[in-house]
Amino acid sequence: MPVIELRDLEKTYKTGEVEVKAVRSVTLSIDSSEFVAVMGASGSGKSSLMNMLGCLDQPTAGSYLLNGVSVADLNREELADLRNKKLGFVFQSFNLLSRTSALENVELPLSYAHPVVSLRDRRKRAVEALEKVGLGERIHHYPSQLSGGQQQRVAIARALVNNPELVLADEPTGNLDTRTSIEIMGLFEELNEAGITIIMVTHELDIADYCKRSVVMRDGLVVGDTPNENRRIARQELAALIMNEQRARLA
Amino acid sequence: MMAILKVINAFFVRALQTALIALRALRRNKLRSSLTALGIIIGVASVVAMVAAGNGAQAKIASRISALGQNLLLVFAGSSHSGGVYSGLGSASSLTLADAAAIRREVADMVSTSSEDSTTAQVIANGRNWSTTVMGESPDYLRIRDWKPASGYMFTKRDLMRAGKVAVIGSKTASELFGPLDPVGQNLRIKNIPFVIIGLLESKGAGMGGKNQDDCIIIPYTTAMKRLTGDKYLRSINVEISRADCMESAQGQITSLLRQRHHLSAGQENDFNIFNQKEIADTVKSVSKIITLLLGAVAGISLLVGGIGIMNIMLVSVTERTREIGIRIAVGAQPGDIRLQFLIEAVTLSFLGGLIGVLAGVSASKLVGVLAGFEAVVSTGSIVLAFGVSSAIGIFFGFYPAHKASRLNPIEALRYE
Repeated sequence: MPVIELRDLEKTYKTGEVEVKAVRSVTLSIDSSEFVAVMGASGSGKSSLMNMLGCLDQPTAGSYLLNGVSVADLNREELADLRNKKLGFVFQSFNLLSRTSALENVELPLSYAHPVVSLRDRRKRAVEALEKVGLGERIHHYPSQLSGGQQQRVAIARALVNNPELVLADEPTGNLDTRTSIEIMGLFEELNEAGITIIMVTHELDIADYCKRSVVMRDGLVVGDTPNENRRIARQELAALIMNEQRARLA
Repeated sequence: MMAILKVINAFFVRALQTALIALRALRRNKLRSSLTALGIIIGVASVVAMVAAGNGAQAKIASRISALGQNLLLVFAGSSHSGGVYSGLGSASSLTLADAAAIRREVADMVSTSSEDSTTAQVIANGRNWSTTVMGESPDYLRIRDWKPASGYMFTKRDLMRAGKVAVIGSKTASELFGPLDPVGQNLRIKNIPFVIIGLLESKGAGMGGKNQDDCIIIPYTTAMKRLTGDKYLRSINVEISRADCMESAQGQITSLLRQRHHLSAGQENDFNIFNQKEIADTVKSVSKIITLLLGAVAGISLLVGGIGIMNIMLVSVTERTREIGIRIAVGAQPGDIRLQFLIEAVTLSFLGGLIGVLAGVSASKLVGVLAGFEAVVSTGSIVLAFGVSSAIGIFFGFYPAHKASRLNPIEALRYE
């Protein structure tokens, strides 16, 4: 059974008299353990699609089945529970709570979990998640004390801590330099290899190349949906990058 | 059973962690939080202090009134006039000793009467002189006024019969004439007539209207009429009635008795006036009660203003933390979690404000007591009320901002700069 099944999904925004069709009739199916890049220019409807996939917004028409459950039939509380348990978000601007340590940021989803997770379990799972993203040493740092890449790692740890089935990333490398971007993509690769489904919005082609499948949108419609033939592997790219740097230094 | 315990435990864990989040947010904005709480502090403190001051004033007034004597009817002679000049109450020659005797004889519920004829005179003693009120009274006068000699004794019926030249002296007059010396047994001249001081009155303090009750000399009314004033008539008769609820009927009886004795026909006005001590007392008491209520109401309004301050700050806080709210919603916070977080912030502000306000109010009451010279009475009722209202205000004024926060659109909230 697919994790995500969209049929004729539509989203229309009303701003005063004008109606804007951000997403028109998208039909898409994503299976478990896929690694999908959603591409498109700004205004193509990819962010609106992501918001609906993340249960932050409801479609105006069509159906969205998440794990076979129709999202349209859920109320606010059930949607919140769904985001908490099944979904993990990673944003372009990290969206960490400031003046709150990395550890507490990662604990945040657990504190809203039903049934209640004990304080000790929260800590244990948050530390594990931070170790998984390579930040075991910096759990008590505040976001302002961390680099952009480290902040995005904290955000990924937060997305992972509740063992979601699906991680949704909205331009996760948009604010990062090339090398850090590749590192973050490497992290996504590892997660995907561990069986987590990842859907990522990006407008950078070389970032999309790390994914297994590319969905291209234009004017609210899916205009391309192809598996990546020449997929880039972050580990190799990183090694090449380091070698190039050393060569440059020697020369 | 276990399941229920688990649910209760889960509820407490959530409530506690939400409270911690709320408290941390308050701590981060120390200045803002304390200024917001200040509104409630002032409100609660003023309710507590104002009501305490009002109660204190009421108690003081009540004790002053009871010092005037309970259940007293004051019968004054009417005012006299010659040509266009009107003299004050008691100046008319209408009340006689026979009237007093008739009241004693015929008014039911009468306990005792004191006939009164007073004048102002220069008195000389111990080489000093002093102008004071000389009151001719009956021996019952002190009892009626609930007054006692501090040393010596009151004159008796015998002194009254023989118009004895004996005097009982008020403490203020005594200190003016004799300083610290005990005046009892000393001589005193009133309008050059020698009197022996047989008693010194205990201090009664200022009466209603600020008149010093201790500045007086009391002599038998017979002596006053015969030797000092030459009056044939009384200025007033104090009538003590046995029970408070008989006051009105006694007043009616005295009125008809005196009208009959003075041969007043149906259309004529009374040539005397009767003041009902209880009526005066009731009026004063109800006025002071109204003042207490007004003070409380004004203070209550400041409490309300404090509540609006909380709402204002909470709305600012929600707007400021839109992004934080968006993050919390995105990671799965229920609307209820967000609402509870902001509600706890508001309630904490008003609750702590209320707590400090009560303490400040109690201290302020003490201060008012010291400054105004009377004991402010802090009532438990006003504390409970002010505290309860302030907490309720926190919930009431905190609810709207909290609800607004819980209803934020997560997408817009996350995009908020």
